Amino acid sequence: MPKDFILSAEGVTKSFDGFKAIDDLSFYLDEGELRTIIGPNGAGKSTFLDLITGKTRPDIGKIEFKGTPITKRSEYQIYRMGIGRKFQTPSVFANHTVYDNILLGLEGRRGVWSTLLFGRTSTEQRDRIYDILKTINLAHKANEQAGTLAYGQKQWLEIGMLLAQNPQLLLIDEPAAGMTDEETVKTGELILSLAGKHTIIVIEHDMVFVRQLNSKVTVLHQGHVLREGTLDEVRNDERVIEVYLGRKKNV
Amino acid sequence: MSATFRKTEIILLGILAFIALVLLPALNAWTPPESFFHISNFTINLYGKYLSYAVLAISVDLLWGFTGLLSLGQCLFFSLGGYAFGMYLALKVGKLGQYKQDLPDFMVFLGYKELPAHWEPFRHFWFAASASALVPALVALAFGYLAFRAKIRGVYFSILTQALTYAGCLMFFQNSFMFGGNNGLTDFKFVLGHDIRNAATQRGLYIATGALLFLTYIFCRWLTQSKFGKIQRAVRDSENRVLFSGYAAPNYKLFVFVIAAAIAGLAGALYVPQVGIINPSEMATDKSLEAIVWVAVGGRGTLVGPVVGAFAVNALKSWATRAFPDLWLIILGGMFTLVVLFMPKGLVGLPGQLYSLWQKISRRRTNAPPDGDTSFPEAPSDHQNPNPES
Ligand SMILES: Nc1ncnc2c1ncn2[C@@H]1O[C@H](COP(=O)(O)OP(=O)(O)O)[C@@H](O)[C@H]1O
Ligand SMILES: [Mg+2]
Repeated sequence: MPKDFILSAEGVTKSFDGFKAIDDLSFYLDEGELRTIIGPNGAGKSTFLDLITGKTRPDIGKIEFKGTPITKRSEYQIYRMGIGRKFQTPSVFANHTVYDNILLGLEGRRGVWSTLLFGRTSTEQRDRIYDILKTINLAHKANEQAGTLAYGQKQWLEIGMLLAQNPQLLLIDEPAAGMTDEETVKTGELILSLAGKHTIIVIEHDMVFVRQLNSKVTVLHQGHVLREGTLDEVRNDERVIEVYLGRKKNV
Repeated sequence: MSATFRKTEIILLGILAFIALVLLPALNAWTPPESFFHISNFTINLYGKYLSYAVLAISVDLLWGFTGLLSLGQCLFFSLGGYAFGMYLALKVGKLGQYKQDLPDFMVFLGYKELPAHWEPFRHFWFAASASALVPALVALAFGYLAFRAKIRGVYFSILTQALTYAGCLMFFQNSFMFGGNNGLTDFKFVLGHDIRNAATQRGLYIATGALLFLTYIFCRWLTQSKFGKIQRAVRDSENRVLFSGYAAPNYKLFVFVIAAAIAGLAGALYVPQVGIINPSEMATDKSLEAIVWVAVGGRGTLVGPVVGAFAVNALKSWATRAFPDLWLIILGGMFTLVVLFMPKGLVGLPGQLYSLWQKISRRRTNAPPDGDTSFPEAPSDHQNPNPES
């Protein structure tokens, strides 16, 4: 009897102009798990998230979410199944207010007719938005255009949109980029507070941050899983050392 | 709803509606022609035309300014609406045409003895009036469904809408569907039983067009202020983020595309009885481009801008085509370039632009003394308003 994974990818390959960004990748995630993916630049980490979220389609292989194949679904259908994503470069609605960004992220009906006719914000929704804004330290910027925020604040706003969505599976791509050490620690705490209630994949470079998350780690290299285990196991693995240090030697 | 309109806006709208819909027609009807306050029949007719252009301009901006869809097909939808209503008008000519027969003249000329079946229902006013919105909407629905499903975006979308318009233009030129060929439909006599050349009839058409503009404005205001409108603008700014926020962006675009087509069609339907003719040249590419210039000049992404632009550019055109008949297209192109380069927010954005320029200049002047007792403190960065929607 195979185990029920919330997310499973099997034998997935994706190439761009003959270059295999993802190469026969298999990956399994338990419900409620927090997983960190690390790997050198260009290892295919973001591309893997693209494949899960429907931004690109695999050449071969299958990806299932809660037992349902998702590789043929569109971006918004996958989102509606309960997968949310924070992009590597912060992606917010620059010409909308911070408040509206969270509002548009808020879970609820998303059809044309419902936003047209039943789009009014209820008091509960407004309170929820302000709770989220407080959590991400942006309540005082509620009425400002998201485009005017600092890089780290945009990262947080995008995380706030994820919180508003309340998805089952969160995919968080390099959340600490552009943040101060203090902000990074807070981001880590925020992610840890979500763990358990949600299943989470975090992609990160910052080793201090990865240690703070203290989760199972997957090392990706040339589009393939190189090693999985605890951070200490992974760091002492010869092949991993070679990938990280070997590259440095060549530079 | 209460949050949609501000009080000053309602008052301003009311005043404008009063002037356009009541005062001007009254001055046209009840003042003697030699009076200073008299509005001539010519002026009423001209303004009526501008009003229908203003409705067309709003439809262009609903797509371009609010949704980021630069459609070159709005004049096709405008013409389709015009043709639908023109068919009604052509059938009401009755036996007063050149050939004194029941059929429209061009059909008699081509040897037709009977009215083609697809013309038959256009004898009825309400059918023709509904068709002037529904036919463009259905064409937009079919075209938009295919284009947005296929993820055609940006300049490819513009080119495709132009191709659609060109195809429509050719189809009407060739007369294979009996729409009057390159002469189109003209020499109308009656609308709803009234003589179309009559000043009172033209005044009625003017008022109807003004009412259409008014309703279009209110509808679009409501639409763009709703949550739908927020998503619409989000599609314009970052379609991918919209998709990854769970909204079916293609459906949103399709909805706006269909609505804009219906609005343009209604504008065309009221345009035709006021100019007395509809022919395929209304679908030519330069017509769509002109409407885009109106929007750019007036102010894209606002609802007042297109109206201002449609009036300003067409008033200029009326004058320029008399003063410099050969230079109009050059003037139009030059104006577009200047606006895009120096007035990105158009005429309605000009006061704001000048104000910030003036602020910059005066700040530089006050900052000149070294001890800099500046009277322009930075705005506090955290102005708190717990209720951002009011
Ligand atoms: N849409 C694309 N088109 C072409 N190449 C791409 C595309 N997306 C990713 N790649 C390539 O795939 C490789 C993996 O990129 P990425 O997944 O962003 O790496 P990272 O692990 O740093 O997130 C890179 O070499 C990148 O250039
Ligand atoms: Mg990446």
